[in-house]
Amino acid sequence: MCGIVGLYLKNPAWESRLGELFEPMLIAMTDRGPDSAGFSVYGDEYNAGIKLTLQSDDEAFDWAVLADRLGEAFGGVDGWFRNANVAVFKLAAAEAPLRAWLDEQAPDVRVLSAGQSIEILKGVGLPASIAERFQLKGMRGSHAIGHTRMATESAVTLQGSHPFSTGLDLCLVHNGSLSNHNRLRDKLKREGIGFDTDNDSEVAAGYLTWRLGKGESLTQALKGALKDLDGFFTFTIGTRDGFAVVRDPISCKPAVIAETDDYVAMASEYRALAGLPGIQRARVWEPEPATIYVWERDGAKVEAA
Amino acid sequence: MKTVDLAEQSLRELNQSLHDGELIRDVREWRVIHPNGAHNIACGLNDAVSVDIDGHAGYYCAGMNQQASVTVHGNVGVGVAENMMSGVVRVKGDASQSAGATAHGGLLVIEGNAAARCGISMKGVDIVVKGNIGPMSAFMGQAGCLVVCGDAGDALGDSIYEAHLYVKGSVGTLGADCVEKEMRAEHREELATLLKRAGIDDDPTDFRRYGSARELYHFKVDNASAY
Repeated sequence: MCGIVGLYLKNPAWESRLGELFEPMLIAMTDRGPDSAGFSVYGDEYNAGIKLTLQSDDEAFDWAVLADRLGEAFGGVDGWFRNANVAVFKLAAAEAPLRAWLDEQAPDVRVLSAGQSIEILKGVGLPASIAERFQLKGMRGSHAIGHTRMATESAVTLQGSHPFSTGLDLCLVHNGSLSNHNRLRDKLKREGIGFDTDNDSEVAAGYLTWRLGKGESLTQALKGALKDLDGFFTFTIGTRDGFAVVRDPISCKPAVIAETDDYVAMASEYRALAGLPGIQRARVWEPEPATIYVWERDGAKVEAA
Repeated sequence: MKTVDLAEQSLRELNQSLHDGELIRDVREWRVIHPNGAHNIACGLNDAVSVDIDGHAGYYCAGMNQQASVTVHGNVGVGVAENMMSGVVRVKGDASQSAGATAHGGLLVIEGNAAARCGISMKGVDIVVKGNIGPMSAFMGQAGCLVVCGDAGDALGDSIYEAHLYVKGSVGTLGADCVEKEMRAEHREELATLLKRAGIDDDPTDFRRYGSARELYHFKVDNASAY
């Protein structure tokens, strides 16, 4: 059992309230996953290069020194800030050389996310303490995806925490378990996809990275996932423009979606949606099995796989 | 009528009150406000009280019900009226998975749609769904009736025993050992009674009946070599 939540604001006037609306959703799913929690927040777009969310296990890590060194190596850092043991950097550089440099020069620093919009924050502990540590309540942005984890497939570690980054500005959260993840991981490794953990959900994330890397759209990649991933899953996937929800063909794991003129929200259980403004008038339904739901800036698109 | 506000009072207090013999002898009508998707609302009731839930309920609402009449003015989560023995549970909105699972008796009415596995392992309950039902419904249904005024998903009645299935709309696929059966007068009568009790005025002659071909019932010596 795990809990997943997502909130996509259709009404830009609400963007300053994203964290305030989203935090109770995440915390409401504590019963489904008290081991670790994480979330990705989309907003604060940086278009001149790449925005990296980096994490260190060392609470006293000197991010200012890393900022200086990154600046020297890549001709300056456009901006950076620290949030607990995580820091966000904005640089006019490409992803691959940045990752290569970090691997070599700061091997203990982990890249949690990369893109123009996404920031991923996660950690071990109760969802309420993770939300407080990163001060989720005050965050603004266009949308957020979150996860509360009850560990079943791998250890309770930061690496096993969701969301998993699946390429630039993409992330995936998973409720369920995959039965063919070992074989699929081997196949994806041969295709050049890297893995940090034994976690089954990371394989789902790696799978999407692989399909998207071949130039497929998110919908195409998710159609492939419905065919190739064996097991139980409800996925919520964050994209730069919106988010997607998909459940396995026997809809083993729960999901509920609420939509109003102002937002689309999804959660494992209705409890997480109960506090949203206007929820009494929202259209509330359970997504169909093996059906891909995508919301983007240009409106909702629902596609049966 | 007594109103319990779940924003003010705990769910445990509510369920405790609904089991308090002295209290419910005096107060037969209850109203629950601000349910906010809480799990296990009005579970295990064992008296002929009526409970109205104003809003969406979470998992296992009105589970194990005996005698009580529970109405949810909203949607319900997984396993509404699970293992109900008697009484009536009515859902004005949609129901999630496993509605009426393993229920032995009583009437469950869902005025919206029900998701997958509606009536799984039903053992005598009558379930009437005004909308559609999801896949794998009435899986291993043993007794009772499942009436669907809309469409049914795939694998309807998989490994069914003696439950009676009536569907007005389309059926995705029939599960193992489930076949369409002739609608005889006694079935039309049974269906008419159920529709009436559910407050639905659909015409019983518009429905088709499905049930067990009874091919899975017995060990077949012809298959012995397969084991």
